[in-house]
Amino acid sequence: MNFPLPLTDMLGHWGSYSVYFIIGIAFGFVLENAGFGNSPKLAAQFYFKELTVFKVMFTAVVTAMILTFLATAIGILDFNLVFVPETYVWPGLLGGLIMGVGFVIGGFCPGTSLVASATFKVDGWFFVGGVLFGIVAFGETVQWYPSFFESSLLGRFTLDQLFGLPLGVIVVAVTVIALIAFVGAEWAETRFGGMSKDNHSAAWRKPIIATALTLAVITLIIGQPTHEDRWNQIADAEQTRIDNREVQINPEEVLDWMNDARINVRLLDIRPEGDFNLFHIIESEHWHMDEITNPKSIAKLHLEPANTLFFIIGNNESDALEVWKYLRAETVPNLYLLEGGINEWVKTFTDAELANAIYDENLAASGFGYQFTSALGDRQPGAYPIQHSDYEGELKVILELKRAAVSGGCG
Amino acid sequence: MTQQYPIKPTSGKSYWNPYIAGIALGVVLFLAILITGSGLGASGGLNRLIVQVQDWITPAHVDQVPYLLKMAGGDKNPLDNWIVFLTLGTIAGGLISGLLSGRAKLETTKGPNVSNRKRWLLAFIGGALMGYGARLARGCTSGQALSGGAVLSVGSWGIMLMLFAGAYLFAYALRKVWN
Repeated sequence: MNFPLPLTDMLGHWGSYSVYFIIGIAFGFVLENAGFGNSPKLAAQFYFKELTVFKVMFTAVVTAMILTFLATAIGILDFNLVFVPETYVWPGLLGGLIMGVGFVIGGFCPGTSLVASATFKVDGWFFVGGVLFGIVAFGETVQWYPSFFESSLLGRFTLDQLFGLPLGVIVVAVTVIALIAFVGAEWAETRFGGMSKDNHSAAWRKPIIATALTLAVITLIIGQPTHEDRWNQIADAEQTRIDNREVQINPEEVLDWMNDARINVRLLDIRPEGDFNLFHIIESEHWHMDEITNPKSIAKLHLEPANTLFFIIGNNESDALEVWKYLRAETVPNLYLLEGGINEWVKTFTDAELANAIYDENLAASGFGYQFTSALGDRQPGAYPIQHSDYEGELKVILELKRAAVSGGCG
Repeated sequence: MTQQYPIKPTSGKSYWNPYIAGIALGVVLFLAILITGSGLGASGGLNRLIVQVQDWITPAHVDQVPYLLKMAGGDKNPLDNWIVFLTLGTIAGGLISGLLSGRAKLETTKGPNVSNRKRWLLAFIGGALMGYGARLARGCTSGQALSGGAVLSVGSWGIMLMLFAGAYLFAYALRKVWN
């Protein structure tokens, strides 16, 4: 799973932007050649006379979909690192409706208006001016209804999850539906647009249809990698890191990172809720096991900024290690665990006399070893240690920059 | 005057076959996903360009509006984002294609029975609706319908269906503009 590429690592911050510039050139080049700089050609779509918009868009969606999920199926692309626009139901549907009205009135959409403008179409310039006006208007008015704009968030939510079907089935279904829809589109073009059959009879059509269907079915047969497949791919390398104790970070170093203002530290506490209530590190978050292994939770972790460090907190190391392996297999970056678990933390940072008095060795072997008499949570002084001097040991954490894409084309 | 379909450019070479164009667009989109992890987009780049202009004119105002603050608050540079470069590339790519094919020509593309001025006004109004809707939906035809659709986002498919629904709903009212 080498893709997507860590562009910032490879080319530097501004250097990586050159790749996007080149992709943009290809995008604009294809849009213009498709005829998308010509507004009547786009608008004819809505009178069933020429369905070029529909054909180009749907062909592109199907092509990119098949190639993307074939790449994830054979394991060269990590889907966890691919940006999937989050689903906000009502703002999305209303926004889509407004865009549709704007499309038929203005004859372009933002991307097509760019290539129209670039080829000196005056109506393209006016459309782009309108888009900019609309964007400013949105920026100024969204503060009047922020709760609607943020409402009905379903997170990273894909069609296979909606229908409860394997992803490959959706890929085949979308491909078949597209092919049927193209037949309907061509019928409409002949019927309403008076188009001659010559437009619908090229010799290369059958091989392309066969190729698309074959690739879709291959995607279905291979299937998407399961969680176990993902772990097996990285098991050797990661087991070595575990054995070398490269991922177990001692409490002092964890505290040092917590005090580093440049780093966004997330402490994921996966212990039983009772133990968490008795004692937890300040600013740590409690997670149930089934909650943290939920795909949507994992997607959220991927959306954190690049300077984020995750520490898994268990009572000991073994419980944290299981979660660590799970999230690691799902490519959560900068992931570590607290060495010795919370037991080691309490031993390090609470008053030694108190700690010894409430310590139970038998409990510590399989869980939380300190019998606090009340649920102090993070109010126990050991939960928010004041560090007197900087940590002087060698830092084990190595920040990696390979990150999931956190925004799409409209970020 | 009536249109002949498929519509051809007023100058230069013919457009590509829609399926060939679609496959090419799909391959570009796939390469973007494969290499960068993100899809394509257009409205996001325009968004950041105009926010930069706002930041030049009224920086204090930008610092007070939460939505703008995220992109250009304080010393944040709204242009320091990959989407801006994708947008600049899109314009360059369109121009290259237009020059190579002889389709880059100063003209107004419009229906046969509408004046230039009316077409410009409608383009501006349609653009404003498109811009507003694109921000509300967190993406336009490129970012949501195309890119989100290809990675099977439920919300993106919803947006795509509503976009076509909205356009077909108003198509009859605008039939004289386009036909």
